[in-house]
Amino acid sequence: MIEIRVHGRGGQGGVIASKILAYAFSIEGKSVQAFPEFGVERRGAPVTAFIRVSDKHINVRSKIYEPMHLIVLEPTLVTAIDITEGLKEGGFIIINTKRTPEEVHLKKTGSKIATVDATGIALKYRLGSSAAPIVNTAILGAFAKATGFVKIESIVTAIKKEVPIKPDENAKAAEEAFNSTIM
Amino acid sequence: MSTQKVLMGNHALSWGAVTSRVQVISAYPITPQTQVVELLSEMCTDGTLDAEFIKVESEHSAMAACIGASAAGARTFTATSAQGLALMHEMLHWAVGGRLPVVMGNINRAMAPPWTIWTEQTDSLSQRDTGWLQVYASSNQEVYDSVLMAYKIAENRKVSLPMMIVLDAFFLSHTSENVIMIDQNKADAYLPKYDPEFKLDVKNPHTFGGLTTPDWYMELRYNIQKGMDDSYQVIRDAQSEFKSVFGRDYGMVEEYKCEDADVILVGMATAASTGKESIDILRNKGVKAGLLRIRYFRPFPFEDVRRVLKNAKQILVLDRNLSPGLGGITFQEVKSAMYNEKNKPPIYGFIMGLGGRDITVESITNLFEHAKKNDPQDIIWMEVKK
Amino acid sequence: MKRDGKKIIFEKAGDLPPMAMSLGTTEYNETGSWRNERPVVDSSKCTGCGICWKFCPDISIKEDANGKASIDYFFCKGCGICAVECPVKAIEMKEEEK
Repeated sequence: MIEIRVHGRGGQGGVIASKILAYAFSIEGKSVQAFPEFGVERRGAPVTAFIRVSDKHINVRSKIYEPMHLIVLEPTLVTAIDITEGLKEGGFIIINTKRTPEEVHLKKTGSKIATVDATGIALKYRLGSSAAPIVNTAILGAFAKATGFVKIESIVTAIKKEVPIKPDENAKAAEEAFNSTIM
Repeated sequence: MSTQKVLMGNHALSWGAVTSRVQVISAYPITPQTQVVELLSEMCTDGTLDAEFIKVESEHSAMAACIGASAAGARTFTATSAQGLALMHEMLHWAVGGRLPVVMGNINRAMAPPWTIWTEQTDSLSQRDTGWLQVYASSNQEVYDSVLMAYKIAENRKVSLPMMIVLDAFFLSHTSENVIMIDQNKADAYLPKYDPEFKLDVKNPHTFGGLTTPDWYMELRYNIQKGMDDSYQVIRDAQSEFKSVFGRDYGMVEEYKCEDADVILVGMATAASTGKESIDILRNKGVKAGLLRIRYFRPFPFEDVRRVLKNAKQILVLDRNLSPGLGGITFQEVKSAMYNEKNKPPIYGFIMGLGGRDITVESITNLFEHAKKNDPQDIIWMEVKK
Repeated sequence: MKRDGKKIIFEKAGDLPPMAMSLGTTEYNETGSWRNERPVVDSSKCTGCGICWKFCPDISIKEDANGKASIDYFFCKGCGICAVECPVKAIEMKEEEK
């Protein structure tokens, strides 16, 4: 079983990202669960979403407290909150930032860090506004590249099915992120 | 080939209504139910679903509209939660007394005050005496499948009673999972058009639900109980036909490793799903543990409960609900089911997870630890800051 | 029951008042970090009319010593209503530095 936590701010599309990623895994025949933090979301407030992936039917329906992997949609969250809380060792942390993994100010973890300028890519494809770019699809391309858990083709198919606005641009953003991820 | 979607529980309910070809939907939005009717109203607007969507100003009116539409012979659907369900209470009795097979999704949410949106079963269990059939789901596939089966069961003339499909707030309602979709042609063959024996008809006018004196009211109540009595077989038939057509197997209860079990945990909904992992852990440690998930709360599956529990040495009941002054509601039903049995295993009543507090694999293994060390009690509070 | 500054910390069921009450959460939950854009007041344009104060949903507009509008950045969520409502366009929304 793979357990993933997505960090973002309300309105950035973290919950949608978790659903697209779950859908991509389901295309590859996996059992999936994707859920938001159970509560009320507010624009701009730190929010989390979760994904479980397994080869077998998933019985567990409690929350995820000790994820193996993190997806971070918002660079300011790295210093604003402890995103590594409960994180297990040996996984991946995918961060949206212009910095390289060595330049990220994150406390030491047993995880491999991958970075991608998802904001820059989202702006290039005009996803969201310049003040609030929608980075959720781009970062999934980076997740596919860094982890190798899911094919970029599955991510692209999932985006085209699940994203109602600018599906092609979102798919291109994911592909560009896939090709520009820094490990 | 069957298609697969990744659906949140709320949308599984909506799609269940679509697959069942509902004709009238009337609902009022409430967290955590909102997406159920959002999707249905979109589909009514864009033509995906050929149904009438009646907008109303409250849940009481929503159920009243469903009752009217159902009395006119339409297949009707609604969904609500917590305070909304409570506001419907009077109309819930009307749907039963009218013998109208309205199907409703209820997202289990704790009652306010204090203001809350998280899961607990007290809202739907408070309606247990209205005469609605109640089925509790533990996966989104089960939510989706239950809608189709609900119409099949509720509309059967032997039953003619409304039915509630109940799912946990957030743990199902907002969690997206794999759902295998049902082929519409097969669904239509499984669930034919609703064809009531009596309905509101301007060409053949009758009065329904008028004043009934003590001469006949009791007989009408007798018939409602008979509908419930007969529903056991109707439910079993609907489930076995569903299995033969669609391949998925549902019972009035779900048994997990109960056959040789010494200690059996009884629970409902998602907590019981999580509990299966706890059972596996306990089995690996050599504990003969099993789990009985109650799917149907009304009619209560007395026979199944007795059959599964009669050889157990200990019974643990997990209630994510509270009847103040009484305790856990499932606990009371299980206890009454066992009263006339020769072998009466000790029964523990655990209260846990109220107001949406998470129930983890460890929370459930702890119940077995507690029962190993302590005598049975009717009300045992777990994980509460006393 | 303990206190941590303005925050009241409950430790057990017996600490709770009979009915749930909000005990100052709006005072200690500093929502300023949620902003994507910050309102900036141009004091030379501000007439001190108070319209922004009236519309601000978070009570984050204060009056400075000169009677002009000032922003409480600890709580302002950056919704931009003040900038829209200002009749003399004295408030501009500027992107937060990240």
